[in-house]
Amino acid sequence: MIDVVDLHKSFGDLQVLRGITETIKDGEVVCVVGPSGSGKSTFLRCLNLLEEPTSGKIILDGEQINEKGVDLNKVRQKLGMVFQNFNLFPHMTTLDNVTLAPVQTGTMSKEDAEKTAKELLARVGLSDKVDVYPPSLSGGQKQRAAIARALAMDPEIMLFDEPTSALDPEMVGEVLDVMKNLAEGGMTMVIVTHEMGFAREVADRILFIDEGVVVEQGSPTEIFDHTKSQRAKDFFSKVL
Amino acid sequence: MDYLTGIQKAFTGVTTTLEITVFAVILGVALGLLVALMKMSKLKVLRAIGSVYVEILRGTPLLVQALIWYNGVPALIQGFGIDFTWRGTGVLVGIIACGINSSAYVAEIIRAGLQAVDQGQTEAARSLGLTQGKTMRYVIIPQAIRIILPAMGNEFITLIKETAVLSVIAIEEITRKGVLWASMGYKFWEAYIGVAIVYLCLTIPLSRVVACAERRMAVSDRRS
Repeated sequence: MIDVVDLHKSFGDLQVLRGITETIKDGEVVCVVGPSGSGKSTFLRCLNLLEEPTSGKIILDGEQINEKGVDLNKVRQKLGMVFQNFNLFPHMTTLDNVTLAPVQTGTMSKEDAEKTAKELLARVGLSDKVDVYPPSLSGGQKQRAAIARALAMDPEIMLFDEPTSALDPEMVGEVLDVMKNLAEGGMTMVIVTHEMGFAREVADRILFIDEGVVVEQGSPTEIFDHTKSQRAKDFFSKVL
Repeated sequence: MDYLTGIQKAFTGVTTTLEITVFAVILGVALGLLVALMKMSKLKVLRAIGSVYVEILRGTPLLVQALIWYNGVPALIQGFGIDFTWRGTGVLVGIIACGINSSAYVAEIIRAGLQAVDQGQTEAARSLGLTQGKTMRYVIIPQAIRIILPAMGNEFITLIKETAVLSVIAIEEITRKGVLWASMGYKFWEAYIGVAIVYLCLTIPLSRVVACAERRMAVSDRRS
């Protein structure tokens, strides 16, 4: 579904990604783990071109998307993104947050978008928060609303950038539950996370990234229980 | 009684002062928006032009700018052999001088307002597939406006006071009316106190309005 070929990304002199080649298959749930500053978020942000790769290819459904002439807005509609800091639109109700993109990109009429939005908000347990403005939601509710907002575009893939890192500990569970449901529903997901328990439970595959390269990848059992590389061993000994 | 006459004389300039201020603000906002967009452009040339524009207008006194427009520009044009004066269009010169001067400050207000909106908002909107234009219109501008509007109100009040400078280029606004009356009867104290009172009658109510608007914006921020 997504092929990443020899992806490099530099910010000025700083080389953040140094050649990542990966394939994410349809329906696969991939968790990306690694130390902070290792490039995992940059990797994720390159997938929907919030960061423009310095070199390498991002291929979505057989089409290279980091090329001149590609309609990025169309491409991004296929890639839902959930951010660490939610980034809900504070001046709109929860419902309007969810309907904005489908209506403004012309994929749905206003009525259809509202109907879909209400269903999605119900799915993430926010039926009673439809007319509420984001600042009066709790962190967990905000992130669930943000997930509903991304789902409203009916994306092929969902990208999660440390979705629980900004949450109070008691709210992490509710967000992970929503994500688990999504995964069980067959959604293709790429999740940058520090929640190792969640990664072990939900992921089909784990990528361990350090210093801009995929050091090790495989099933949760392979990665967590039969760690090969020293760098991954060091990292897991600190976080597990 | 002289105090009252002083106020009355100054008051005869209110319409001119307000006329210049209102049109200067309109001109200032139109040009300011353009310059703000230039300064945030991806093109280096546009950013440079925008910066130079703002630097020049903020780095020179409004008085000097008014003199350049009123006396300098006609002299320059006449130098090319074209018969040109501003005769009878003093108010227009005032609007141009104050409007262009104000546009530099307005540009900075708009730019600061737009940039105060968290970058994450743009990222979220773009990641949903919204175009740059729709992101601006539906996500960034509605949030920036809460920062921009009160600052624009203050700019309007500032401009009312700044137009006093135009008295030196013979525009009969509030200050000029006071100057003329003072020199006729040597009532300097009464004349200029009258001028000051008329300005206060304009600026105090307006600052109240702006302060009130600021509070309401803050309240709606908390709600949302």
